[in-house]
Amino acid sequence: MRAWIPTILRLLLLAVLVAFLANPYWFEPLFRPLTQNGAPAIYNQGSLLSLTLQHLKIVAIATAAAIVVAISLAILVTRPAGAEFLPLSRSLVNIGQTFPPVAVLALAVPAVGFGEKPTLIALFLYGLLPIFENTLTGLTTTPANVVEAARGAGMTGRQRLVGIELPLSVPVILAGIRLSVVISLATATIGSTVAAKTLGEVIIAGLLSNNLAFVLQGGLLVAALAVLIYDALSALERMAARRMGQVARND
Amino acid sequence: MDIRFDKLGVVIAAIAAYGAYVAPFAIFRANRIVPGEPRSILEALPQPLGPLLLVALVAAGLVALLKTPLPVRLLASIAALASLVLLIGIAATYLTPEGNTFARVSPASGFWVSIFAFTLLLADGLTRLQLSPLGRIVALALAAAAISWLLASGRWDSLSILKEYFNRSDVFWSEAQRHVTLALGSLAGAVIVGLPLGILCHRVEALRAGVLNVLNIIQTIPSIALFGILIAPLGWIAANVPGAAAIGIRGIGVAPAFVALFLYSLLPVVANTVVGLGGVPRAANDAARGMGMTGWQRLWRVEFPLAFPVILTGIRIVLVQNIGLATIAALIGGGGFGVFVFQGIGQMAMDLVLLGAVPTVAMAFAAAIILDAVVEIAATRRPVTVTA
Repeated sequence: MRAWIPTILRLLLLAVLVAFLANPYWFEPLFRPLTQNGAPAIYNQGSLLSLTLQHLKIVAIATAAAIVVAISLAILVTRPAGAEFLPLSRSLVNIGQTFPPVAVLALAVPAVGFGEKPTLIALFLYGLLPIFENTLTGLTTTPANVVEAARGAGMTGRQRLVGIELPLSVPVILAGIRLSVVISLATATIGSTVAAKTLGEVIIAGLLSNNLAFVLQGGLLVAALAVLIYDALSALERMAARRMGQVARND
Repeated sequence: MDIRFDKLGVVIAAIAAYGAYVAPFAIFRANRIVPGEPRSILEALPQPLGPLLLVALVAAGLVALLKTPLPVRLLASIAALASLVLLIGIAATYLTPEGNTFARVSPASGFWVSIFAFTLLLADGLTRLQLSPLGRIVALALAAAAISWLLASGRWDSLSILKEYFNRSDVFWSEAQRHVTLALGSLAGAVIVGLPLGILCHRVEALRAGVLNVLNIIQTIPSIALFGILIAPLGWIAANVPGAAAIGIRGIGVAPAFVALFLYSLLPVVANTVVGLGGVPRAANDAARGMGMTGWQRLWRVEFPLAFPVILTGIRIVLVQNIGLATIAALIGGGGFGVFVFQGIGQMAMDLVLLGAVPTVAMAFAAAIILDAVVEIAATRRPVTVTA
């Protein structure tokens, strides 16, 4: 029975999220006690729904670009032709992860100006690392006997990559994508300090006007999105792992 | 003898060629907020330094391009980087009109791209050198010493970022201290609370999933929101708990920033403690039990030393993350380098943004290298303690 509880909690969270975005004013009584001097309890400088969609759009574009680039790079450096780049790319990933997201964002502004561009760049660069690292892990830890068997069966390098190595790495790659998306969802809010249209606007409006209701709304929206997307991707990952497990067992 | 190309070198040489010949080397602005005018290497440097730099960069690019021995590559990359950082200072002095205090000269894309290209060459060389942990710390110390010498010698004084620094040098150091206090203090708090919590989660299985789930959810709350949300409860505590305000607890400022960083730090510390203790071999525990060790003795003399490298990895994650996140503290009056970043964004003064961002990145980078080395030393010591 207890295994049901998390699923029900998540569905409930999704329902509350949808209801809140459909009509935030239903929840006004909840946020009212957090305001002072009759300040508005629900964000009123724009539509929460459209900000949420904008937020998701920025994260989706940046993550999609990061997935394509990171996986291509990881494939490149694990092929014989790109083997010379492998050690360097490993250390670059380690170095890259020490760059704070705020700093990446701040450093992108002088290069491309204000708005959505610096946010997209920061999210893209920051999202690259977990995906690249995990794809690398996946591709370099394919069981040697499986690769040997494929080679014995006369598969070419390309066939091995597409038919064996990539499918076996899918769960690890998905884990990297999940990490990258969750980081991006939170980092995108900081993008609003450089005038990107994200849920960060709500939080910053709250900080500026000392309105806790706004801060909480923006924060909870992003947290709920992150939890739901994290769970959805985890489920996808488990599904992929189970399928890969079966494939391995059938062999 | 046939000429062979280095694959990575082709990429590096292409990037360096773009940086040196296509992109501008420096940007000149009449004052700190107007758009700048680009200057190429030849325009930005007095004769004969401009052509000399171009020749030096071509030579270093050729070393990268061809298959050359490792020491030559390392030397070439260091020489190229050194001439770039020395000459950007000279360019700034040369481009600034005599006695003009409003003009600003900053490094432009060409400079950064060239720096990136030769840092790649250096990083590749250092990676292939496979330095020991201690060797990496020494390399970091040498680089830090070289940069400190450049700063102290005044060769960079005409650069815009240092002009911003001179305008607020006193504030800079107090914000730096605040930044370090926030990052290290919240780390210390997280270790003091997180270690026992991790040990408890390891011993009491019923607690584990619940605690880790709550800590996971805290991580998903965006930092600017968590900082903001904490303003209210801390403000209430300051107003209603006697003595709280006296020890510095306030709704805005350092207190909420400190608590937020502390909350973010808990997950890596607790999770790595649980993983580390869970990875202790059964045999080691059984042997300790066989020797008649009590639960506490086992914890301190067997489990904890064996789990130490994993716990240290958690601490490394926290420290690097906190140094970056402490920047956000500035949004709620908590101080730190973020003050310059957000002031700079507000005034559209990018040099001021750099004044906040560059030290943050440098600190995070140094912390990562030092702690990675310490983790490696701790991990390689492990087998010795096991056999002893």
